[in-house]
Parts: sequence; structure tokens; C-alpha cells
Amino acid sequence: MKPFRYQAPGSVDAAVEAVDPMGIAGQGGAFLAGGTTLIDLMKLHVVTPPSVTDVKNLGLDTIEESGGEVRIGARVTMAEAAEHPIFVERAPALSDALWKAASPQLRNVATLGGNVLQRTRCPYFRDNVSPCNKRDPGSGCAAIGGINRLLAVLGTSENCIATYAGDFANALILFDATVETQRAGEGPRQIPFDDLHVLPEDHPERETMLGDDELITGYRFDLPDWARRSVYVKARDRESYAFALASAAVALDLDGDTIREARVGLGGVATVPWRAREAEDFLQGKTVSEDTALEAGRIAFEGAKGYEHNAFKIPLGRQVVAKAILDAAGMDISGASDSGAGGTSATSEGAN
Amino acid sequence: MADETMTFDQTPTQDVETQNKVASAERAAENANVGAAISRVDGPLKVTGQARYAADFSVPNPLYAHLVISTVGKGRITGIDDGAARRVKGLREIYSHANKLDNGSAPFFAAGGQAQQSWEPFAEPDVRFYGETVGLVVAETILGAREAAAELVFEYESQDPAAVFSASGVERQEMPDKSTTKGDFDSAFEAAPVKIDSDYETAPNVHNAMELFATTAHWVGDKLTVYVPSQWVKGFQVGLAEELGIDEANIEVVCPFVGGGFGGKGSLFTWVSLIAAASRDLGRPVKLYVTREQGFTTASFRAETRQSVRLGAAQDGVFQALEHTGEELTSRADNYFVNGQDATIRMYQADAIRTKLTTVHADRQTPGFMRAPAETPYFFGLESAVDEIARELDMDPVELRIKNDTMVDPVDGVPYTSRSLKECFRQGAEAFGWSDYTPEIGSKNEGEWLIGWGVATSTYPTQMSPCTVRIHLDVSGEARLQVASHDVGTGAYTVLTQAVADELGIPVEKVRVELGDSRLPPGTIAGGSISTASNVSAIMIACERIRQRLGLERGGDNDLAAAFENFGQGGIEEYAEWNPPGAKKNAPKTLYNGKVTIVGGPEESYTAFAFGAIFSEVRINRFTHEIRVPRMTGAFAAGRIMNAKTAKSQYLGGMVWGIGHALLEAAEVDPRTGAYMNDNISEYLVPVNADVPNMDAIIVPEVDDKVNPAGVKGIGEIGIVGVAASIANAVHHATGTRLRRIPIRPEDLIQA
Repeated sequence: MKPFRYQAPGSVDAAVEAVDPMGIAGQGGAFLAGGTTLIDLMKLHVVTPPSVTDVKNLGLDTIEESGGEVRIGARVTMAEAAEHPIFVERAPALSDALWKAASPQLRNVATLGGNVLQRTRCPYFRDNVSPCNKRDPGSGCAAIGGINRLLAVLGTSENCIATYAGDFANALILFDATVETQRAGEGPRQIPFDDLHVLPEDHPERETMLGDDELITGYRFDLPDWARRSVYVKARDRESYAFALASAAVALDLDGDTIREARVGLGGVATVPWRAREAEDFLQGKTVSEDTALEAGRIAFEGAKGYEHNAFKIPLGRQVVAKAILDAAGMDISGASDSGAGGTSATSEGAN
Repeated sequence: MADETMTFDQTPTQDVETQNKVASAERAAENANVGAAISRVDGPLKVTGQARYAADFSVPNPLYAHLVISTVGKGRITGIDDGAARRVKGLREIYSHANKLDNGSAPFFAAGGQAQQSWEPFAEPDVRFYGETVGLVVAETILGAREAAAELVFEYESQDPAAVFSASGVERQEMPDKSTTKGDFDSAFEAAPVKIDSDYETAPNVHNAMELFATTAHWVGDKLTVYVPSQWVKGFQVGLAEELGIDEANIEVVCPFVGGGFGGKGSLFTWVSLIAAASRDLGRPVKLYVTREQGFTTASFRAETRQSVRLGAAQDGVFQALEHTGEELTSRADNYFVNGQDATIRMYQADAIRTKLTTVHADRQTPGFMRAPAETPYFFGLESAVDEIARELDMDPVELRIKNDTMVDPVDGVPYTSRSLKECFRQGAEAFGWSDYTPEIGSKNEGEWLIGWGVATSTYPTQMSPCTVRIHLDVSGEARLQVASHDVGTGAYTVLTQAVADELGIPVEKVRVELGDSRLPPGTIAGGSISTASNVSAIMIACERIRQRLGLERGGDNDLAAAFENFGQGGIEEYAEWNPPGAKKNAPKTLYNGKVTIVGGPEESYTAFAFGAIFSEVRINRFTHEIRVPRMTGAFAAGRIMNAKTAKSQYLGGMVWGIGHALLEAAEVDPRTGAYMNDNISEYLVPVNADVPNMDAIIVPEVDDKVNPAGVKGIGEIGIVGVAASIANAVHHATGTRLRRIPIRPEDLIQA
């Protein structure tokens, strides 16, 4: 790790004033929350900030609800959010996505503000040696033509196929959330969560629309009643503590067996948190069945591009989406507020 | 011990009641050939953090070292830009081929030496594989060393490496002297009415022990103490003396605890003499921590294999012809191989048998030992093939294996010292519920889960090594055992404590065991499942002499105080050497020169193996294609079991690793560079607790009075053998898809 200057200002205003502009290649200053990505990459010398601005004294650590709107502070940890009754009972997809991510030790320190900014696990980005347009703009992409089993099939470009590796964001994206931010010399800014991440296209080094000195302070979104019928299905090589091969967050507003409205988010398969809007449109008004669910999955992956080792994610993702739809449809949410069990035990048995 | 005496707070019996709740322990307790299920005597030290691993030892005023590894897969270093690195605060020195340290090489371990590879780092500017140690940075702090290493720029003249089987530049070396032929395979296979001919592949695996590699070198005058994780302290001492050009009497290698060895700490790492030489050069102790990423390439690994099995049978299932051929990857310079066909051909009777071995030299590091080095990959091939022919024959796979069981080694025609394979299948089948097996593909499916059952034979050769021990007993009834053997997490401290207590008729609380220090009488390398059999056999000799001299009766109600009164001394000490039958007469003496002698397995007049049966249930989600193993039963017969609890732990550990071997573990080599692209434990996966919900290991009673005086067969490795095949066979039962390459992954089961 390169030596760096450490600071821990006492207010959001002071923090955004204090941070050194980050710069597109990550060689400026950085905000530090849980540090589960940042410190890791600093140890690998992939990121070498001259200064680190710790946000630990900024508060921003509560989950509140008023008038049907939920506000989450950026410093709420993954563990706190995962077990919060608002999510467990009324938006199980969010709770599930958190439970199924990382390990208890990581969830205890990682924050939701940092979580959505988690950097890719692409090994060519992390090795600090290979050509990588994200780490070293213009150097090329070693992942294309390399070991790319875990990399993306959606939202890729000829310059980058790095996967967005997080889980929470793929569920948050269902709820049309707003990201609250602040930057030096300006007031708070509101960004639709959908717009936060940007596709790699010709500039994989740019991952979000945040300014260099811009800090995520929290999220807010309306929690509709039908969010109770939501799940996060995550397919992975082992049962716990593994990144997704493909994951799907699904929320359904049902009228009997008929889908009034569907929300579908994808993870482990795309370069950014992914909303499958065409699949949502297709599902609207349809009757729940396995065929319908599989067709929605197929539509979600239209336009996907597979590479040497990851093409399986296209048929896998399709079926993961189908399972999430069937699992959500199969949930008994009449007693959800009593049981608090959420969607974690839902299965699609009987819907076959 | 180097600088301290360890005492164990022994709590041998408190939890026996708890243990008895475990079904297999109950079975074991009824069996006189199974030792008491006491808890580990070193457990309290470990769980309270008092057990000192190699990196835990403090030395005065150390410097810190960091390795620099190559970032090309083949080529030459043409220059080193160290300008920025030399400006890092606290930097002391940067070593490479350009300013070579004062050390040399020792012979390669597979050629009778100690070193992990035959060539010496820094001897030349050549780079032989990606991730090879090419530089060493020493600084006042560990962070300074790492920072300076990151600032160093090595310039290379790079060539395309041939790093994988399929690369055009690899060199094949046929090994006819390692082949076995019995009968006329070609005719027998041709004539067999039922036959299969299949190819199998296994992936490269990396040990990834919890304890990272590390080395500390501390010179006092011309005396050197080295703290290094080691499964062979005596060998490290001897090899290091050769590399440093000093008298081995001036070197002490200390390693009382090992945080997982798995074979990866059995041969002398290249960096140990670098650290010792750097310390000598700089006049200060030097500590090295090898990072997780560097551990993937700077130590050994389990190489990938390609195998082919041809198996022919009569209509009634009797095997008539078996051919098993293998290709194993190795480094350009070293011809390391495991030749597991030598074990697979001794599992079942067959009149015609043939094996063939080819090594494939590539631009990779030299492979080495990993748990059941030969059997783990090759039993995936054999036991998959047996399942395939069971399908062809329409026979129950358990019944087919029992039908082809043999009490005579099919290759050499000599008897097994004991062989309880049938009983393993009987007890395993009963515990697993195999009577409910239905052979039709998919017949166990439930809802969205495809469910399959699979079975495989497990085995490991019973091997032994010369061993020397020293035992001291005093009038207060305290005994001390000293031997430069190792507890790599297996429970050696505990079972050797039990052996001494048993032989001398004293409570286990009164026995102290000292291991892992090269100044102790030379013991066994912690490998090949030889430790318990060999150490206990030596302990028996020393204890018998102590009993004779004191006039004690084995198992008798002895009055120790009276015995010492008659003896006329307050204490007694015996040094004993055990040399296994079949070893050269001077083998214990050559142990002092670090020479490893291993006998057993197939020998001239007998064949000695432990056997087991592995039953697995897999569940595959038909949407997510996730493959899980909710249930596994292993039943093992391995002669005398010293401790039912630590034995069960060994079996289960092997079985858990087998799940990883079957479904998760693969070092992903980028063929363009030769780099491992998942060189961390986030992407190189091993099973977690959630992956092993219901595992049971059954200790099948077995008495073997021929194999060695201790009657012990060794259990460290057998648990993993056959597991991958039992899982692959279960996957076939669930899905109808026969997968012949491991790890088996979700994508292998997806129809696009």
C-alpha cells in the first residue's frame, strides 16, 4: 500500500471540501466507508489515492420511513439493512440481496453508500499488470479473449466486459430509488438510481455519473405494498460467500394469477446494475406460468453477448429470471407482516 | 522446542459423553481397535491463540522482506528500474539475479533431494513461469517492503509461454518404466462383451492452506534458526545447509504448529535460503510473509491430468480388461508425476491390465504433493469408468464393485495385509440408505430439484517410514516424547500422546509431546499418511525398553514409584529407531541426512492399502443449475484407529475437500500468459459450511496385524479419494449427463 493522507472530517460539507478530486483513473483522493473494496484495491496498488477521507463521523446511519417513503443513510451497514424489519417484511428482495452477499464479517462493515460503488472483480482489472481500459484507459481489454467466466454478457463494449459484482443495487433498482449526493460548493443533488451507473462504452474508466468530489449521502424511495412480493434469486458456484453467476431481483404486483406490474433487475451478468424493462413490459397483463416466466427471461437477455467462458450466463440468466418470477408469484404475502419470513423460503414448487 | 517448553492443558474425557452422541463414535467405541475419542491436547492452545505458528515467533529487531514475482510467463529480465523503489523510506536492499545472494541450490525433492524445484532462483535472468520469484525487497517495515516492491519495474524480453496441455510448445515425455502390463490387454478388451472407453480431465489445484507461507531467519554468530511452515523440518534443515553452504549442525528449523499443510509445505521452498542469505548479508533477522496471491505460484500445486480408461467386462459384470493411461502436466525442467494408475489397477480383479504414463512439460511451476497426490485425480477416472460400465451392464454400482473385489493384488498376485472393502460398502450403504436406490435417471427428482445418488471406492496405500524417538519418564510419572515429526492439523500431538500413555500405562495428562523442531530425533515427513504408523511403531519400541528396564508390565497395574525405587534413578530415557520391513537396513541412519524412505503400498510379498466407500447425494436446481451435496457418507477401514474423534475429523476433512475437488476447485490459467487469473480465495473457491450440511464418516473396524507393529494404516489422505467420482456419478444419476471433467460446474448442465 502506498502511503496516503488520512482525514476524518466531522460533516458532509467538510468531507466534500476535503477530498482530493478523484480523477478518472482513480489516482485522486477517495472516500472511505467500510473500505471493503477500497482497502483491498489499495493493497493491490490498483488504486493509489494520495488521501483518504473517512466518512465515519458523518452520521448518515439511519433507516427511516415517513409517508410511505423510505430513507436510508449511506453509512447504514449491509448487516443492519439486511435485518431491518422494513426490508425483511416489506421488501424481501432488498433483504435477500444483502443476506446473500459477501460474508457476515464484510456485511458488518460494508455500507450501502459504498456497496453500490463496489468495483468489479475482473481479474485483469485487479492484477495491475494486464491491459485494462478501466484501470489504464486505452491499454486494451485482456478479459476479452482471456479467462472471462465470471464476466458480463449485458452492457458490454469492445473495450470492457467487467461485471458489476454487487447484489444490493440489482434489487434497489426495482424501486425507482433516488440517490442523494453532495459535492463541494453545491447543495444536495438528487440522481435517479437508474442513472447512477454508466455503461462502459468507450470509457470503462468512468463507472458512475458522480463528480470526483461527490459523496453519496443516502437513498430514498417509495415502498409500494406489492414490494412484499419480491425475491432475490442468486445462482452461484457454492451455497454461500460467492459472487453471482447470475441473479435476478423480481417484484410482482398480482391480481390473482395476472401480473399487473412486474419489476425485474439482473445481477452478475451485466456491467452495471441492470433493469430488464422489456421483460417487465412483456410480463404486464400476463398470467403467471413457467412458460411466461421463461419467455420473460429470454427477453431479458435479448442482445446479450457471450464470450468464450461466460456464454452460459445467457441461458442460465434466463432461467434464474424465470425462477425469481415463479418464486415471487408463489409467495404467500397475506401473513407476511406476521411471519416476517419474507421471500427467503419461497420456492416455485407447484408452479412447474 | 527452540526456546520454550510447551505444556498442554489436557482435557481428555470431559466431552466423551457428547462424542458418544455421534453415531459413528458409538460404533467406534464398541471396537477394541479404536482409541478413545479424546479432544485434541493442543486444542486449548489453538483456540486461545497461544499456539505459535512459524510467523508468530518474534525475533529481535527484524527487517521485513517481500517477494517480487514475474509478470511474464516466459522470457528474460532485461533490466530493472529501481529508482522509485530505492526512494521508499526504510528500504534496505533489493536482491535479484543482478546482485545475487550468497546461496546455491539443493537437489529437487522428487530426485531424492529436498528442494521444491531443481533450479535456483536468481541464478540467471531467465523467467520460466508466470509468478516466479525474481526479486526480493527488504525494508524496515512490511509496508515499506511492499511499497518498494510495487515501485520496482522489471523489464522483460517476453516469449509466448506454452502453459497448458493444449499449447503447441509443450514437450511430451513418455515414461515406459512407470508402466505396468499384465496379460494381453488388447485381446482381452477386444473380446470383452461389455466395454467402455472414456477420457477424463482434472483441473490444477492449489493448496491454499489457511496459514500463509512465511519464513523468518535469525542468525546468532554462525548459528541460524529458521521459522518456516514445514511438513519436514529435518529435510528443510539438510536442504538449507546445502543451499547456504554451511554445516547443518548450525541450522535449526522450528515449526511446532502448521496451519494446514496438505502437501504444500513438504518440500523446501525456494525463498527460505533467500531469506537466510539476505539476513546473513544484512546482519539482521529477516521476516517474510508470502501473500495469498504469491502462494499460488511460488509454492507447488496439484497439476492437471488427462486420463483415458478402457474397461471390459463379461455379461455378469466380472472385469476382464482394464487400461488406465494418464498425462500429467509438469514444469519444463522437472519431471514430477504421481502415476496414480499404480493404485487404480489394484482395486479390482482383472486378468489383463495395462497402464501408461506421459508427462507434459510446460512453462509452469513445478508441481508437488497434495492430499492423496496420486489417488485423488486418478480415482476420478477409474471410479467414473466403473459407474459407466455398471450402467452398460445394468448392474447396481455397489454390487458390481463387490463382485470385482479381490483379496489378492491383481497385479502382483500377493495378498493384501487386510482388505475390508466389502464391509465398507455394507456399512456405508446401510448408513446412507442405499437400499432405496433406484437406478433410473431422474427417479429421485423432487419439485425443482434433480436428485442423484452416486458411489465410489476410496483407497490409500499404507505407507511407513523409518522413525526415531526419544522418550523420558520420571518418578512422578511424567513422560516426554521428542521427535521431529509434525502435527499439520491432523491430531498428531493427540494420538502420539495417547500412544505413549497407553504403552507406559500412565494418564494422557502426564504425557508431553514435542514435535516440529529439527533438533529433536528425526521423525517422519508429514506426508503419505505415514506419520501415525511410523511414530507409534517407534514409540512402542522405546516404551517396551523402558518397561523392561523398570520391570513394568504392559497394561498391568504397575507401581511406578516402587519401580523407580528398584531402578535406583529418578528418571529414565530411551532413544529408539524403528525401521519398517522392506526398508534398507541403514534407513534410520540416512534419516539423519534428511533422506526420506517410504515403504508400503505394493511390496514384494504383500500389498497394503486402506479402503473406503463414498456415498453421495447431489441436488441440482433445474433453474439455477446450482449443484449441491446435501448428504455424504464415507465408510473407511484403516486398521487400528488411535482416536475416533481426530480420525473422524480427518475423514470428514478429506470428504469436504473432495466436494471442492469435484465442484469448485480450479486454478484458471490464461493460456496467453500462463497466469493464474483467480489467485485469491474469493474466486478460487473451496466449500464453506453451508456446502457440507450432512456429512458422516464411519470407522469400519479392522485389525491388521501384518502391516506394522502399530497395526495402523494411516488416514490422512484417504478421505478425499473417490469423492469426486461419487459426486460425478450422482450428477449422472440425477441428470443423465455424464461429466468427465472436474470441477463440474453449472454451465456443464445447461442446455443452451
